[in-house]
Amino acid sequence: MLTKRIIPCLDIKNGRTVKGINFVNLRDAGDPVELASQYAHQNADELVFLDISATEQKRKTLSKLVLKVAEAIDIPFTVGGGICSVQDVSILLKNGADKISINSAAVNRPNLINEVAMHFGSQCLVVAIDAKKIDGQWKVHLVGGKIPTKINLFEWAQELEERGAGEILFTSMDHDGTKNGFANEALARLSETINIPIIASGGAGCVNHFIDTFKTGKADAALAASVFHFGEINIPDLKKQLNKQQIAVRI
Amino acid sequence: MIAIIDYDAGNVRSLQFALQRLGAKSILTNDPKLIKAAEKVIFPGQGAAGSAMRKLKGTGLDKLIPMLKQPVLGICLGMQLLCEATEEGEVNGLGIIKEKVIRFSNQVKVPQMGWNNIYKLQLPLFKGIKEGDFMYLVHSFYVPVIKETIAQSDYGEPYSVALKKNNFYGVQFHPEKSSKSGSQLLKNFLAL
Repeated sequence: MLTKRIIPCLDIKNGRTVKGINFVNLRDAGDPVELASQYAHQNADELVFLDISATEQKRKTLSKLVLKVAEAIDIPFTVGGGICSVQDVSILLKNGADKISINSAAVNRPNLINEVAMHFGSQCLVVAIDAKKIDGQWKVHLVGGKIPTKINLFEWAQELEERGAGEILFTSMDHDGTKNGFANEALARLSETINIPIIASGGAGCVNHFIDTFKTGKADAALAASVFHFGEINIPDLKKQLNKQQIAVRI
Repeated sequence: MIAIIDYDAGNVRSLQFALQRLGAKSILTNDPKLIKAAEKVIFPGQGAAGSAMRKLKGTGLDKLIPMLKQPVLGICLGMQLLCEATEEGEVNGLGIIKEKVIRFSNQVKVPQMGWNNIYKLQLPLFKGIKEGDFMYLVHSFYVPVIKETIAQSDYGEPYSVALKKNNFYGVQFHPEKSSKSGSQLLKNFLAL
C-alpha cells in the first residue's frame, strides 16, 4: 500500500540552514547536509530544501549544496526557491535533485509548468501554492505569501494539473506558524478537485494534526519545519502514532 | 566497471552516488564499445517515453541494448522501455519483454508518488530484502503482473515492480532513493 509521507522542510540561505534548529548530537546545526542525513536516519520519507537567499551567487551555491546532499542521502529530495526557467531546473536536476518546486514563477508565467513537464516529466515537478482565505474565498498569494492575487486556489490547482504539475504543495497562510493544525477543509476539497498527490503544509503543532490531515484533509504527504527542527515531534514516534491510527506509513 | 547508459535521462547523479557508496566504479557513457565491454549495465530513465526513445534511436542505443549479454538493470522508465510498447504517447519500446506498459486508472492519484511495499520477491535480485519492505516510486504507467514479474506491489491493483528476462532485469522503483532496501538491491545486482 502506498504510504503517507512525512516531509521535513529546511530553509536555506547562502548554503546554510536558517531558523533555529535544536537537534541533539548535531555538530553543526547550520549544515544542511548533516541535518538531511539525520532526518534520513530518522525515516523521514522525503526532504524539501527551500532556498530563501537572494544573492547573485545564489544559483551556484544552491547547486553545490544539491550535489552534496545527493551524495550524502538516499531518500528523495525536492529543491525550491526562485526557480523561474527550464535552465534553473536543469541545473538542479543534473546536480542530483529529484524534484524541483516552483511557486511564484508559475503564476507569473504559467507556461513554465508546461515547459518543465515537457522537458523533464511531471514526476519531478512540484508546484507550491501559498493561499489565504479572503472574504470566504481561498486566494493564491505570491512571494512567500506577501502579495495577494485574484486567483482562486481550486481553479489554479486544476489548471496546474492540466499543465503537467506532478504534485501540489499547498501552504495555508492562515495556518502557517500557528501550530493549530493544517487547513484540512481546503485540503480535502483540493483532493476532490485534482487527481495528483497533495502535500499539506502550514500549521503542524502536534501528532494529532498529522492524523487529522491524513484522515480529514486526505493529504498524501505532510510537510513541517519547526516541530521537527526543535525536536517537538520525533519522526519515528510520529510514525508509530500514525500507524496505530491505521494510517499507512513507512516504518 | 559499471556502465550507466547516458541518454540525458534525468537524475543519474543519485545513482552514481549510490554505486559509489557501495564501492562500485561506474561510468556514464553512450559509447557502444564501453557499454559492450562493461561488466554490468544500468539503463536509467525518467521523464517521457517518447523523447527517451528518440534519444536512444538518435545514438543507435536502441539496437545495442537488446544485444547486450551481461546483466542489465533498467530503472523506472528504463524498465518500462525494456517492454514492447507503452501507452505513454503510444511509443514502441525496445521489445525485450513482450508486454505493453499501461497507465494507472483514475481510481488512484496519478502519478503514484512515494513509498510502497513490495512482495512476492524472487532471488537473487531481492536477496536480503524482506517481503513488505518499502521502495520509493514515482510513475504514471505500469507493467501488469506477467510471467517475467519477479516482484509486485499494489496501487489500485497488483502490478510489476520488478521484471527479469534472461540477463535483463528491470525495477520500477528507484533503488538509489530507497534507503537501505534500495542499496541492498543494487548490491545484489552488482553481485550477479
